[in-house]
Amino acid sequence: MAFFKSVISKLKKGLERTRETLVTGLRSMLLGRRLDEGLISELEARLLQSDVGVKTTARLITSIREQFRAGKIESGDQVLEFIKTDLKNLWPPADRELRTAAPGAGPTVILMTGVNGVGKTTSIAKLCWLLRSQGRTVLLGACDTFRAGAVRQLEIWSERLGVDLVKGQQGGDPAAVAFDACAAAKARGVDVLILDTAGRLHTQDSLMRQLSKICGVVNRQIPGGPHEVLLVLDATSGQSALRQAEEFSKSAGVTGIFLAKLDGTAKGGVVVAIRDATSIPVKFIGVGETPEDIETFEPAAFVDALFSA
Amino acid sequence: MFDRLTDTFNGLFKKLSGQSAISEKNVADAMDEVRTALLEADVHLQVVNDFCERVKQDALGRQVTKSLKPAQEMIGIVHERLVELLGGRPMHMPKALAESGELAVASSVYAAGEEEPPIPRISPGPTIIMMCGLQGSGKTTTCGKLAAYLKKRGRSVMLAAADLQRPAAVEQLHTVAEQVNTDLPGGAQVHFYSEPDKVAAYGKAVGVAVGVCQRALAAAQRQGVDTLILDTAGRLHINDELMGELEQVRRFVQPHQVYLVVDSMTGQDAVNSAKAFHEKLEIDGVILTKYDSDTRGGAALSVKHITGAPIKFVGIGEKLDALEEFHAERVAGRILGMGDVVSLVEKAQEQVSLEDAEKLQQKMAKGEMTMDDFLSQMRTLRKMGPLKQLLGLLPGVGSMMKEVNIDDKQLDRLEAIVCSMTKAERRSPSMIDTPRRRRIAAGSGTQPNDVGQLVKQFETVNKLSKQMASMTTSGKMKAMKELGSASPDPGFNPFASRGSTHSSSVKDRFKKRKR
Repeated sequence: MAFFKSVISKLKKGLERTRETLVTGLRSMLLGRRLDEGLISELEARLLQSDVGVKTTARLITSIREQFRAGKIESGDQVLEFIKTDLKNLWPPADRELRTAAPGAGPTVILMTGVNGVGKTTSIAKLCWLLRSQGRTVLLGACDTFRAGAVRQLEIWSERLGVDLVKGQQGGDPAAVAFDACAAAKARGVDVLILDTAGRLHTQDSLMRQLSKICGVVNRQIPGGPHEVLLVLDATSGQSALRQAEEFSKSAGVTGIFLAKLDGTAKGGVVVAIRDATSIPVKFIGVGETPEDIETFEPAAFVDALFSA
Repeated sequence: MFDRLTDTFNGLFKKLSGQSAISEKNVADAMDEVRTALLEADVHLQVVNDFCERVKQDALGRQVTKSLKPAQEMIGIVHERLVELLGGRPMHMPKALAESGELAVASSVYAAGEEEPPIPRISPGPTIIMMCGLQGSGKTTTCGKLAAYLKKRGRSVMLAAADLQRPAAVEQLHTVAEQVNTDLPGGAQVHFYSEPDKVAAYGKAVGVAVGVCQRALAAAQRQGVDTLILDTAGRLHINDELMGELEQVRRFVQPHQVYLVVDSMTGQDAVNSAKAFHEKLEIDGVILTKYDSDTRGGAALSVKHITGAPIKFVGIGEKLDALEEFHAERVAGRILGMGDVVSLVEKAQEQVSLEDAEKLQQKMAKGEMTMDDFLSQMRTLRKMGPLKQLLGLLPGVGSMMKEVNIDDKQLDRLEAIVCSMTKAERRSPSMIDTPRRRRIAAGSGTQPNDVGQLVKQFETVNKLSKQMASMTTSGKMKAMKELGSASPDPGFNPFASRGSTHSSSVKDRFKKRKR
């Protein structure tokens, strides 16, 4: 129980800003008011400002307007309920679990990807901490051979967290590091292998092909892998994240989103747009700078925390 | 960047130009589409609404509806307001430009608006620049790019590592500083200052950076460097403690320029963080990073509007020389699909001297261009940046090139072919017969066909350029058209290669447009 308590309090802490900026606004804007066209366009503006995207906003507004004209929705309270239910239903529980290798089938491989500067390495430290606290053994593979200092950054985390790291030459072939890491993971019999990759813009074809190659190398070494390809998204990012999700899915078959930097004023609303367009689920959220600042994504808690203040 | 916006504007203007008369309703409908496009590009809602309102007012005020060429008039208004939004001086765009987008006009118009250098030089030095921003916005990389920019202009730089929080941030800056110092062009030195023993875990070393910055300044003065760049740790704008640290650095070191580094993929929240940083630090300029990402970049439009601080630079690639000065008029032109010829010319001027260019022109006029000239030309071109980026600067080409992938590797192949030729073959490619073709193909890892194609294309170009030198302008245009439609070989295309369908689609679409 204590664990759950800490989860909820942390989630709330992380989401406080989110609530304050947009959603408290949304709440105080809606509660106790009669619905009219003026309120609907206010609502539209608020939704747009939360990065949920033009399409999703249009979808929500259209159905609210329809129900308003049909006399089904009359008050702001009902609108709030409607939005909450709609958003919660977006993420059914089934697809939020971390995928693992079949028992006895060797290590589970998690590949972390994303554009530059979204927080991949820090998110790996968090994931590593979470898995270790669940009693699983972890090995890290430093496949970001491009950015200066990236390997060292991961190395420092591995020292702090007390896990092993497989690394290669700066400027070397990341697929080769992935190969070595897979071999080491098998030989040492670890539960989970987490691979860090270099940040790359989804518009750079050659780098996206390199990512496909890494996936292929992993798959040949460990059949079924990578079991989980997590796209790390910056909560501050706008509609570009939608394209990121689409492009990374094409190259690496993204299985889930790690939503990082939720402790800022940003709303991370773009995951709603992504879910609407691509069906990629959110699996984890990052809510701070230390490795413990990770939570599994709980849509009910997410949306409730969003609207509870 | 901005591709979708460009598409929307292009579609709109096309729609409007099809109408002989435009009603107020047409304008309103058009602005609705613009609004959606801007929102999808992550421009802040308030900024979008302001922008649309102003354009609408202008349009009605200038009685666009009664104008003879309403679409052109609208482009003019939108261009003006975009320039304003992006932080440039509003100016009138000649109608000729809006209609034709002709190169000569474009360059003369844009070249008129030159301003002071983006980074002022303070005397006595060093000029102090402080970088700040959220985590992951790209501060450290941008520090390296700025150092490269200054080095190229003969200004010595010291990079100071004041990010004591992120693991390995100091090492990263050190590596970057060394790379710039050894690998990038320019006569000046790039120094590095750090105090590795002061590094601590996140939130543990708050305030220490102030001392580091002061000592970095002392070191910079001792060594007499021209510019000192302080790389600070990424921080959330709502972390009072860390923001306080930056305020202290500002107070004790008194940087001449404070730059906020902003990720161009940021959403609506860009405004919140920019505002917070500006309130605490009074930023002097904004640097937009990851500008090469894709269609968006609405943050560019919002941040200027909210802070009033100009956008100084944009980061356009992974390499350390991928930093460009930001020019509002030019970017507005790019958004409206008018290309950016001035930037293209500047890029060319950085690589080619006037003398060389004249020499080559004379050779071409006589039809004496050799494969060696071709090779050196191609290498110069490639130094200017990825081909796709360059082509995007040409009026009208940007939107055409959107879905086309130009693989610069195909150019590698062309280079390999030329390099596998003997000196004699390069001078007179016509001597290349079947056995020679085979040898060259084997030497360059290509097929004999590829070699044949390159030679044929080369000869066609040589012949045409000789003819064109003696033609009038209209004759030249005609010749260009012939070159496009009736080339001797249906596969005429320097980028064509085996197994690639990309390049043929450029040609096809180009043809369609011509009809």
